[in-house]
Amino acid sequence: MSTTELHVHNPVEDLLRQDRIPTIWCPGCGIGTTVNSFAHALLGQDIDLKKTAIVSGIGCSGRVSGYMNLDSFHTTHGRAIPFATGLKLANPELNVIVYSGDGDLTSIGGNHLLHAARRNMDLMVVCVNNMIYAMTGGQAAATTPGAANSTTTPYGAFEPELNIPQIVDAAGACFVARWTAFHVMQLERTMAKALKKKGFRFIEILSPCPTYFQRKNNMGDGLAAMVDYKKRSKIKNGCPTWETVLEPGGEIIVGEFVDREREDYLTRMRRQLGSNYTEFPPQMEEHESEGCSKEC
Amino acid sequence: MPKGSVAITTERCKGCGFCVEFCPTHVLELSSAFNAKGYHPPHMINAEKCSGCNLCGMYCPDFAIFGYRNPVDKPQKGTHS
Repeated sequence: MSTTELHVHNPVEDLLRQDRIPTIWCPGCGIGTTVNSFAHALLGQDIDLKKTAIVSGIGCSGRVSGYMNLDSFHTTHGRAIPFATGLKLANPELNVIVYSGDGDLTSIGGNHLLHAARRNMDLMVVCVNNMIYAMTGGQAAATTPGAANSTTTPYGAFEPELNIPQIVDAAGACFVARWTAFHVMQLERTMAKALKKKGFRFIEILSPCPTYFQRKNNMGDGLAAMVDYKKRSKIKNGCPTWETVLEPGGEIIVGEFVDREREDYLTRMRRQLGSNYTEFPPQMEEHESEGCSKEC
Repeated sequence: MPKGSVAITTERCKGCGFCVEFCPTHVLELSSAFNAKGYHPPHMINAEKCSGCNLCGMYCPDFAIFGYRNPVDKPQKGTHS
């Protein structure tokens, strides 16, 4: 063992708000793991972090915007995509990332997701799917698999679940992928690829919810769910999205399903308006000065 | 000297066990000691096997652990390390 004192520093910590740590997430939750992959993807790129904004809605995954040391926006329930759309249109230079949960993006804000994909807004949407509304008390969401118990479905849900990659693909997203919290390295590569792309990019990440989903369905703790993902997942890049339905106990199809080029909203708007469109005049750069100004 | 090592911030750990389960060389184990919040943080049991791949750091949901490679002090002359 080396006796020299090494100065070691976790590179992810540069992207976190240290005063907010420890996180509120339960032991065994996979959201923090996805944040690691996201932070590594951001650090590995040549991206101006000053021009990167992260928007999230309400929920456990919505807390990510508060923990990342980027320009962040914690919005109302289900409305992360509309806020992000406004942000992008007002300042097209920004690289806007929506980081939210399945209950927020697909259940309450389902329509916004569809229409942002239809418009091909230049957003990157990361949906952490824990199959339930976790923070609000474990109610059944649109992604809760059929027959699963939850607070609001004590006899099992009588509705089939939503296959998110399929509807996003049908609505016209130009990049659709799904990974689980177990696939950290693959997720990092996919996120790095999506960060560089233009148009509506959607990444679904399956994540364990030990407190509400696994406990109510006798599925063990978060670690058991991760081992289960390892066993059941099968990588099929380019798989048609209608074949990616999640069946309880069946295979979890993961991979990058869709990667296509399509004209995004802003490009199309500029093309159709032609010379009638003028870019917003560039703003004077605000100089961030250390300490107080003269007035105080 | 092992190729790498891990740094653990025990007070952040929530004892989920992801790092212990998914370490490719099985370096870690949950210790019997408690941290201030009553969780069992991991400790190294096979420190000489650690390759510093940082997979534990990628899995840790609480940013409590990360792996790093030890700097190579001098170039090895022999082919055997």
